[in-house]
Amino acid sequence: MNLEKLNVRGVEVQFVREGGGRPLLLLDSGFSFEHDFVSRLARHFDVIAPSHPGFMGSPRPGDIDSIDDLAYLYLDMMRQLGLREVTLAGFSMGGWIAAEIAIRSSDRLSQLVLVDSFGIKVSDRETPDIADMFAIGEEDLMRLLFHEPQKFKIDMNGLSEERLAIVAQNRAALALFNWEPYAHNPKLLNWLGRIDIPTLVVWGQNDGLVKADYGRKFAAAIPGAKFETIANCGHLPHLECPEILLQHVTTFAAKARNR
Amino acid sequence: MKAYFFSECAYPYLPDDYDSIRVKLPNRIYDPEKGARLYNDYIDEWVAADELGFDLMLNEHHQTATCMNSAVPLTAAILARVTKRGRILILGNPIANRREPVRVAEEMAIIDNISYGRLDVGFVRGVPYEISAMNSRPVDMQDRFWEAFDLINKAWTSHDGPFYWEGKYFRHRQVNIWPRPLQQPHPPVWITSTSPEGAPKVAERGSVVATFLTGFEQTRAVFDAYRKRRTELDQDTPLDRLAYAALLYTGDTEAEGVRVGEKLLWYLNSNRVPMQFVNPPGYHSTSTVMKILKGSGPFAAFGRNTTAEQELKKAVLIAGNPDSVYRQIKALYDHVGGFGNLLIMGQAGFVTPDETIKGLTLFAREVYPRLKEL
Repeated sequence: MNLEKLNVRGVEVQFVREGGGRPLLLLDSGFSFEHDFVSRLARHFDVIAPSHPGFMGSPRPGDIDSIDDLAYLYLDMMRQLGLREVTLAGFSMGGWIAAEIAIRSSDRLSQLVLVDSFGIKVSDRETPDIADMFAIGEEDLMRLLFHEPQKFKIDMNGLSEERLAIVAQNRAALALFNWEPYAHNPKLLNWLGRIDIPTLVVWGQNDGLVKADYGRKFAAAIPGAKFETIANCGHLPHLECPEILLQHVTTFAAKARNR
Repeated sequence: MKAYFFSECAYPYLPDDYDSIRVKLPNRIYDPEKGARLYNDYIDEWVAADELGFDLMLNEHHQTATCMNSAVPLTAAILARVTKRGRILILGNPIANRREPVRVAEEMAIIDNISYGRLDVGFVRGVPYEISAMNSRPVDMQDRFWEAFDLINKAWTSHDGPFYWEGKYFRHRQVNIWPRPLQQPHPPVWITSTSPEGAPKVAERGSVVATFLTGFEQTRAVFDAYRKRRTELDQDTPLDRLAYAALLYTGDTEAEGVRVGEKLLWYLNSNRVPMQFVNPPGYHSTSTVMKILKGSGPFAAFGRNTTAEQELKKAVLIAGNPDSVYRQIKALYDHVGGFGNLLIMGQAGFVTPDETIKGLTLFAREVYPRLKEL
């Protein structure tokens, strides 16, 4: 996969582009695990998958430090690439960015897919919706992220220096964008009603970080949104159950198009 | 050389087994009856140190049994009133974690007034385990630290009515603190840096750089980096710009000094902290995090039992009879190119008030006069 670069208002956005057909903008989770989901999607879409600034070794100017910034950045990126009728899909933190984009403008969007997405506050003030990933150890975090964590364990000593540096920088970037308010925008829930395109919310049934019930409430706040769960699957379905997630996305995209 | 007596105000009564002394140790373990007595013992020790001719140092940590002093301006304000002559060094105010730097400027000004100008104001970035306890974002912390630093300095030194501040991290439209500090233009400023990377910025401000328990080599590296930057700026580095903190105990005999000195190691040996609090994302440099991820970082030996023998070799612990204590300090002094402030962590863990004051008394009588010549 070739890494492409695009200057968006002075920010060098790095992305991969693969496949053909209708455009799909894929906003990743920010958790750094290798995956082939872009290639799977590319069998059906013209996939544009940026690395968020600060992630995967991509540059982050100091004034890019909030989810709002990323939402505006990708709105401009779609305009600069001349994308129309975009399927916008986001995982975890990427889902939060996607929702922030969709409440601002759906002019270039045809449909929205949110997968185990961060972004809203639904419980009372003393109940966390999203487990505190920064206050637990690596093993506990893996148990929250995966239905079968042992399959995804990374041997840090086996990584190249370059990959290890990326793991370190990704952790910092994840904290930067999610620290406080923790992984959500207190006002997002109020504005989800603005979303006026077909929306699919998909959740790993065994997501330990953000429970499926949160996803159900997320979907309920978006007019007409459809909610699906995937059994035996954790917070990152594109890693743990990519074929089933792919089916959900392609089936939904085809139906939404034929409406 | 000047000597400051420092107590971190430990709560030493811990269960045998706990996985973290920081952040999440339940406070049901804290017995308020015992704690209340400890607070008063610690204040008495500072008062005794003041009477013995020491300057005084205090610090602040949160959600930890290693340090009950979670709001250092409160205890410093008490010392401002109940002590008579010693400098009162707060090292320091964790200003990257405080939401209102203007409030810090006010607190320091009050203490400076009550103490008739005896306050030294330290600023610290704060250790990594303060991050969760203070809900402070670990990314870009240095930038936040320096913006708070600049705002506090401006608040102290502006005397003609309100000024405006709309920075990246802090916003105020009407800053005009009452009172203002007694010392002019403001109290002396200290900043900690335990690595050579942090020292040049401290040197640029001309503040005192203080390093903690860094031993022979790392201390020299920090002081060298400070002096190098001063030389580049065509400025000299008086010894009073450099400070080193050690665990230190002086006994009548070598054996007594080392025996009580070893009790001070409670501070190191009880400091069990899980990795998520030692290595919060974005706190350390990428290269440091890479080492930590591979299990070989600066915290690889964290929470393991260390001994007096090991720590004496490094000058992390300085202990023995008065001659021996003097020799250990002088050896460090010579190795690091000299320093003008010795911060004595003379109480920790189960060292009793009687032991603490005895050690200070011996130091004041037998060691300090010789150090003053340096």
